[in-house]
This record gives sequence, structure tokens and C-alpha cells, in this order.
Amino acid sequence: MATVEEKQTVQTDQETILKVEDLKKYFPIKGGILKRTVGNVKAVDGVTFDVKQGETLGIVGESGSGKSTLGRMILRLLEPTEGKVLFEDHDITHLSHKKMRPFRKEMQIVFQDPFASLNSKMSVEQLIEEPMIIQTDMGKKERKKRINYLLEKVGLRASDRLKYPHEFSGGQRQRISIARALANNPKFVIADEAVSALDVSIQAQVLNLMSDLQEDLGLTYLFISHDLSVVKHISDRVGVMYLGRLAEIAPKHAIYKEPLHPYTQALLSAIPDTDVDLEKEKVKLEGDLPSPSNPPSGCAFRTRCPMAHDKCAEVRPELQHMGDGHYVACHLYDEEQ
Amino acid sequence: MEIETLKTPKNDPEYSGAPEEKSKSPYQLALRRFMKNKLAVLGVITMIIILFMSISAPLWTDHDPEQTNTAMIERPPSDEHILGTNSSGQDNWARLLYGSRISLAVGFSTMFVTLVIGILFGSLAGYYGGKVDSILMRFTDLVLALPFLVFALTLMAILNNVSIPLFILILSILSWPNLTRIIRGSFLSLREQEFVIGAKSIGASNSRIIFRHMIPNTIGPIVVNATLMIAVVIIAEAGLSFIGMGINPPTPTWGNMLNEALSVRILRQHWYTWIPPGVAIFITVLAINFIGDGLRDAFDPKSNQR
Repeated sequence: MATVEEKQTVQTDQETILKVEDLKKYFPIKGGILKRTVGNVKAVDGVTFDVKQGETLGIVGESGSGKSTLGRMILRLLEPTEGKVLFEDHDITHLSHKKMRPFRKEMQIVFQDPFASLNSKMSVEQLIEEPMIIQTDMGKKERKKRINYLLEKVGLRASDRLKYPHEFSGGQRQRISIARALANNPKFVIADEAVSALDVSIQAQVLNLMSDLQEDLGLTYLFISHDLSVVKHISDRVGVMYLGRLAEIAPKHAIYKEPLHPYTQALLSAIPDTDVDLEKEKVKLEGDLPSPSNPPSGCAFRTRCPMAHDKCAEVRPELQHMGDGHYVACHLYDEEQ
Repeated sequence: MEIETLKTPKNDPEYSGAPEEKSKSPYQLALRRFMKNKLAVLGVITMIIILFMSISAPLWTDHDPEQTNTAMIERPPSDEHILGTNSSGQDNWARLLYGSRISLAVGFSTMFVTLVIGILFGSLAGYYGGKVDSILMRFTDLVLALPFLVFALTLMAILNNVSIPLFILILSILSWPNLTRIIRGSFLSLREQEFVIGAKSIGASNSRIIFRHMIPNTIGPIVVNATLMIAVVIIAEAGLSFIGMGINPPTPTWGNMLNEALSVRILRQHWYTWIPPGVAIFITVLAINFIGDGLRDAFDPKSNQR
């Protein structure tokens, strides 16, 4: 994927399209005969960031780090326990089903599994048409016209309209999902592991398609993935999540060239390299991701961190600005020690 | 060469290597699988014949099924009475034909009422979950805990002289929990599927999600169980009428005809009175079960890999 030219633009002074403030999602653990809440799974535990108009923010993290939960909360597919989601300066955190509807026109999601995310009983035409029927008063002819336009836009044919999802491959189904997401011309699209289920060659195709669409339609992406190279390929900025918290968030080149957080450093050194001569210093992580129902005190990463010290167990590190839009949540960078 | 129609055995159960010319909907594919099942097709043909005979009953007999004739009691088969007459002098052949109307009507109507209740309760419980689910499911458990025969007998005894609609209602009240549970179960699993969450993300209303997305994806179990329910209800009607607690004579039903066989004398000597309705019930129930099995395999090809 290195052959594709990388976007060098670092967006500054752009409008903020989405703001997430201290977002939390706790899933209660019910126990005992009386089904009392005996604890919480802290899937997302205080995440703050914003997304600028027209950029792609990548969110990486291992399984269970809360990235998908985060994406679903932003779209109000899950109710946040605490915190705020602001879309174009409107607080959408507590909107009713009805009041949320106009925002659903502007924000869309593409899911991971291309076999589960399309209703297999609906034809391609019905699938792409549905968002228009729900959200707009477009006439039948207009809708058909737009379906054809969208199909062409995502690299399918107008003649595919009458086919059913089972007749397509995974990559093609993902294209249908994208066409469905774009049906009402949204501003903001969340890609929740959108290419993770696809073959590598197909991944590149779909990623390039998404980049092209972004340029053409001025889309803003929140790109969630566990795959660092995929995120590197498409993102302008990258946020690294660990155990429901943001460890580091920075412009792409900063994250990949000079990662600050020990966790990011470990993740990057784990990317397999094709250059045999290159001797890379590997940071190995011991142990597993701790349980989100009982996260470590202070810094969530301290149990696996090679650089952990006393303060890490006591105080939870907050994101601090290290210059050039590079934020890191780590006590190693505290000013006075 | 169309790249778009590339198929692999993995994602296409109908994969045969040959390129498909026309695109088929999942329903068309299911129909095609159904038509390949010989027993199921035989069941459909049998049911069509039975339904046709039932609707066109007056074409096949001149006798009134409820007309008693004291001069013609317990006559053996003859040209006048193909299957003889029963202990009230009624024509057995006419009763068999007209009786099928009642037996089938009870079966289909009960299935329909059960289906409406089942879809309503099952989808509400499965879709909304939580308190709605708890309340509806405890109520379902309550009804399931009622012993069918005892409860039906008690109701019949209290209500006395039960009309056909009331009889259908009683059977429905006792039959809906199973279907409700099946629908709730598949709704619970569908609720977490990405395409349902996706429908929410485009702003679809709850009723749209239930009717356009979830019910079509659980249509297999619904249709299969509804079909098999017809057979169960036909047997239940026959059983209740057999012991004289079903639909009251002189209305002909297959169960009422079997009721004659309670007399040992008739059981031993007048086979023509009770064998035909018995065979009719047997064939009908068998045909419906074949259809039900065929539908199950058609909707869920994985259940029967040959």
C-alpha cells in the first residue's frame, strides 16, 4: 500500500464537524438472584476528541478497546452513559428518536461484516433506495436516477440494481453498503472496521474507493480499525485507543514517525516488516488486555508498560498537548517530575 | 464475462458452476428448492385435491350431511350411499366431504389467529426486550403451563354448545405461545445483527425495522411452524370431537364422524363409518407435514445437506 501517494495535507483552522466530550459507556454486570448491578464493563471510559470537516480520523486499538462502541455511541446506536456528542455544534446526545432523524441523514456508518450488514431479502435497489424513502420526499424517478448514479460511483453497474446481496462477493457487498450509506449525501461517515473482513487486495480497492469518494463528495470519515497499515493508508490523523481510553492522538506522520506513548510504540514495532536487513528494535508487550470491568488504577496501560513508574498507578494521565496537534496521555511527558 | 456475478460454493448454496442468467430473489431460490423436494410437492398436490373436493362438495354428493333418516340407519355401502349411513341415518360420504370444510377451516383459521398473536407478541417481546419482553414472556409461560386437553375440556364443558368461531378461539388461545416463542427467539438474535443496526442508523422507524427487516428474515420459521400448526389443530379438533367435546353434532366434522367409533359394535362391524374420516385425517396431516418439512429445507438449506 506504500505505492499509493500519501496525503500530506495537515488540516488546520478547519471547521469542526464532530466533537466528542468525555464520552463514556458502561455496560452493567448483573449478578445474584436479584439481578443487581455488581459492576460495570467500562467499554469506553472518557474519550474526548474532535473531527474536522473533510479529514479522516483513524481510530486504532486492539479488540475490546472500545472503538466500535465509540462509533456506535456517536451515531446514537448505543446510548452513552456519560459525556456529550456534538455534531456541527448541535448536542445530539439526548435527542429523541424523532429529533435524531434529520441528523441520521448527515451521519452514516459502514459496518465490518459485508455478509451481515445487508438485509439479504432486499434487492440492491431496495437497499440503496431505503434511506431515500425514509429521509427525503424524492419521487420514484429521482430515486432510480440516484441509485444508478450511486452504483456507478462505487464501481458497480446500473444493471446490478435488481440483484440480491447473495450474488455478490464480500468486496462488492461492501461497495453496496457504501452506496447505501451515501444515499442521502451525508457529511460524516463512520467506517467501523469497514475493510477488516476483506482480502488484502480487495481492501486496497475499497480504501481507494473511499478516498476517491471523500475527495469527490467532501466527506469526513471516522475510520475505525485494528489494522495499523490500513489506518495509515487512509487517515489524516490517528487516535490510539487502549481499554476504552485514548492513549494518543496526533497527525498521521507524527504518530507513525515519532510515537510518544509506550503503547503506540509497541503497536508500531509489532507491524511485520518486509525489509529483512532492517533491524528494528521491538517493544514486546507482556500479558493480555486487562478486563475492562476492572481496569488498572491510574493509567490503564501501566500493567503492561515497560516504562511504568509509581505515579502511573496513582493518577490517571490526561491527554496533554505536545505541540503540532500531538496529544498523549502518559506521565512520561509530565512537565515536572 | 461479468465480474459482478462471480460465485463461489461458499456464498451461494445453489452454486452449480454454470453462470446464472437471471437474478433470483431469496424467495425464488427457496421456491426452487421446495419444488425439488418430491414429497413436499406430493403434499401440495394432495392438499390441492383435498381443498378442491372440500370446496366443490355439492358436486360429489346429492345428500345433505345433516339430514337424518330413521329409515336408513347404519346401512352398508350401496349405490345410493357410497359409504353407507351412520347411526342417525346420515350419509357418510356427504359427511366426509362437508366435514372436511369444517376440519380444514378450523385448522387454517386457528393457524391464522395464532400467527397474528404470535407475530404481534413475539416481535414486540423480541424487538423491545427488557420489561416488555419479561411481561409478555411470563404471560406466555402462564398459558404454556395450562394442560391443553384438560383446559380445552373444561372450557367446552363450561361454555356448552360451542360454536365454530368460539371453538377456533379456544384452540388459538391454547396454541399461540409456541409460535410466539419462536418468533421472539429469532427476533432476539436478529436485533443485534448489523443490518438491523444499520436500518436504525438510517433513521428507520421501529415498525419499518420490524416489518421490512426482521420479519422477512424470520419468515422461514414462521411459515414452517404455521404450516405444521394446521396439522396439529386438525388432530386436536378430531380428538376433541371424538370424545364428544368438540364441535357439536349434527355439524359434520371428521372428528364427529370418528365419534361414532366410540361404540364397540360400530368399531367392529361398520368400518365404512369410521375408517374414511380416519384416513382423511391421516392423509391431510401427512401432506401438511411433508409441506412443512419441504418449506423448512427450502428456507434453510443448511438443515438438510444431501
